[in-house]
Amino acid sequence: MVEITPGRAYGFFTDTSVCIGCKACEVACKEWNQLPGNEPVFGDGFDNTGSLDSQNWRHVKFIDNVADETMQAGDGKAWLMMSDVCKHCKHASCLEVCPTGALIRTEFDTVYIQPDVCNGCRDCIAACPYGVIGLDEHSNVAQKCTLCYDRLQGGMEPACAKACPTQSIQFGPVDELRAKASQRLDDLHGQGIAQAQLYGADDSVYGGLNAFFLLMDKPEAYHLPNAANAVLPSRNNARGYLATAVTAVLAVIGGLVALRRRREPVREPVPEPVRKQPEGGE
Amino acid sequence: MVLAEAEHFVRAPNWTWYILFYFFLAGLSGGSYVLATLLRLRGDSAAEAVARLGYYVAFPTMLVCPILLTLDLGQPLRFWHMLVNTTPGQLVPIFKYWSPMSVGAWALVAFGLFVTVSFLDALRRDRRGIEGAGLLAKLWSIAGAVVGLFIAGYTGVLLAVSNQPVWSDTWALGGLFLASGLSGSAALLGWLARHRRAAQPAAGAFVRAERVFLLLELVLIVAFVLTLVPAGTLGRAFGFPWILLWALALLCVLPWLRSRERTRSAVAADGTVAAPARVVVAPGLILTTLALISVLAIRAAVIFSAQ
Ligand code: SF4
Repeated sequence: MVEITPGRAYGFFTDTSVCIGCKACEVACKEWNQLPGNEPVFGDGFDNTGSLDSQNWRHVKFIDNVADETMQAGDGKAWLMMSDVCKHCKHASCLEVCPTGALIRTEFDTVYIQPDVCNGCRDCIAACPYGVIGLDEHSNVAQKCTLCYDRLQGGMEPACAKACPTQSIQFGPVDELRAKASQRLDDLHGQGIAQAQLYGADDSVYGGLNAFFLLMDKPEAYHLPNAANAVLPSRNNARGYLATAVTAVLAVIGGLVALRRRREPVREPVPEPVRKQPEGGE
Repeated sequence: MVLAEAEHFVRAPNWTWYILFYFFLAGLSGGSYVLATLLRLRGDSAAEAVARLGYYVAFPTMLVCPILLTLDLGQPLRFWHMLVNTTPGQLVPIFKYWSPMSVGAWALVAFGLFVTVSFLDALRRDRRGIEGAGLLAKLWSIAGAVVGLFIAGYTGVLLAVSNQPVWSDTWALGGLFLASGLSGSAALLGWLARHRRAAQPAAGAFVRAERVFLLLELVLIVAFVLTLVPAGTLGRAFGFPWILLWALALLCVLPWLRSRERTRSAVAADGTVAAPARVVVAPGLILTTLALISVLAIRAAVIFSAQ
């Protein structure tokens, strides 16, 4: 049992190498957080959850790489399963843009949307690079994984980690999880599984993810932005405003020139005396 | 299947019709206020007469903006949360200069104040038959015009400060929206000026202004295209069916580039004919409507193609 003290950073280490795709995490999450869930989606593969959104705070991704002729060993790659979740980014795009202050960082160093503060503007949805947040059709505010904020306050670990039968989802203080993860990575590399890699365990992606992963392929294969693409919305503030300001200056100068008073008469040539002359004696 | 492009994996915020018309009206309101102020600074009576038209346009268009924004919220009654942080134990004003939506909410409040005062002031002056505008009115208008420039343009920065494809790949949107808002306003004010006797002499100047803004707009569209190329999202913004909207936006402003100079002999009420003069004629309702459609089409293409 992990001891949970406010002021310490908590998170998940999701080890995809042992995920069996049972979706116990999804069920436990919905049970605890009283999420009715969406209609199942039936697409190309075995994934009928679809994506993370306002109802799905855990989503087991099934990434189907099975070749048509399965003659060679898959090296753990043939079928990738990954229980995806809000990353509780250290530099969080969602928190950055939120205009109401509904998005906060809690005493457990997690990213939390206060449902009674959020007004449903959806700026965080446009910002989150992981497509985590959705506007909920029941509550009409933005919703996502809370890292079971209420459970943490009561000294309990999050529901998904508790339910995971393979310990693919591990909960704990982030520093301890990182140590565990690098140990696990060393073990896998020692077993010759060279493609195993950590994602978000160091600060290369959004300053470090409190919910980080051990992956069995490149981040792109899991639809995760790699370190080069892990950029924050605010990067566009300066250049966006600069371009606007330059346009404003040019437009004002151009406008002043175009709208200046001209010598040439513009439908004005009806000077008063000309009009008055013939009328004479009026 | 491994996806080839691995930029971001965002969800679309579903900013649709309310936001489109907000962007449109913000451009027109801000643009009209700016043009009105430029004319007010010119000082002569014809210019002041059009300037007041500008303030008359800026007011109703501004009024609709917060309504649209409120309706777009998931929880409309919490619109004021944009300004006040209601986190338990806080209840203090919230302002995040790095979040355009936060800055924009405050700017809209400030702009609302400027527009309302300028509108009432213009009304008062027209009622009392006061011809010019005093120093105070001019200073007020200048301050308001700065906010007006912001209101017309920041919406593009708002889109860019995200991780959405297209929007976040470019720096050109703020300038593009500003230029197109100004061009729409110039068309609208030019047309309105034709219908106000005292303002008629200044109507033609808007055609010249319109061309300046259209030129800026064109340059920024090119910049927009060029910034999307390295990001690999050009096809997304300009592919089918969005290319139709871009084409519409372009076609609608083409007639504005034709020469609108006419040789005209002014005929006085009593039949006296003045010497023929070269005049620039402000276009009629159709061309004005086309220019406004273009403003709308550009915003629609940008907003909808990314989502
Ligand atoms: S993953 Fe998305 S929702 Fe979670 S903290 Fe990061 S930006 Fe916010």
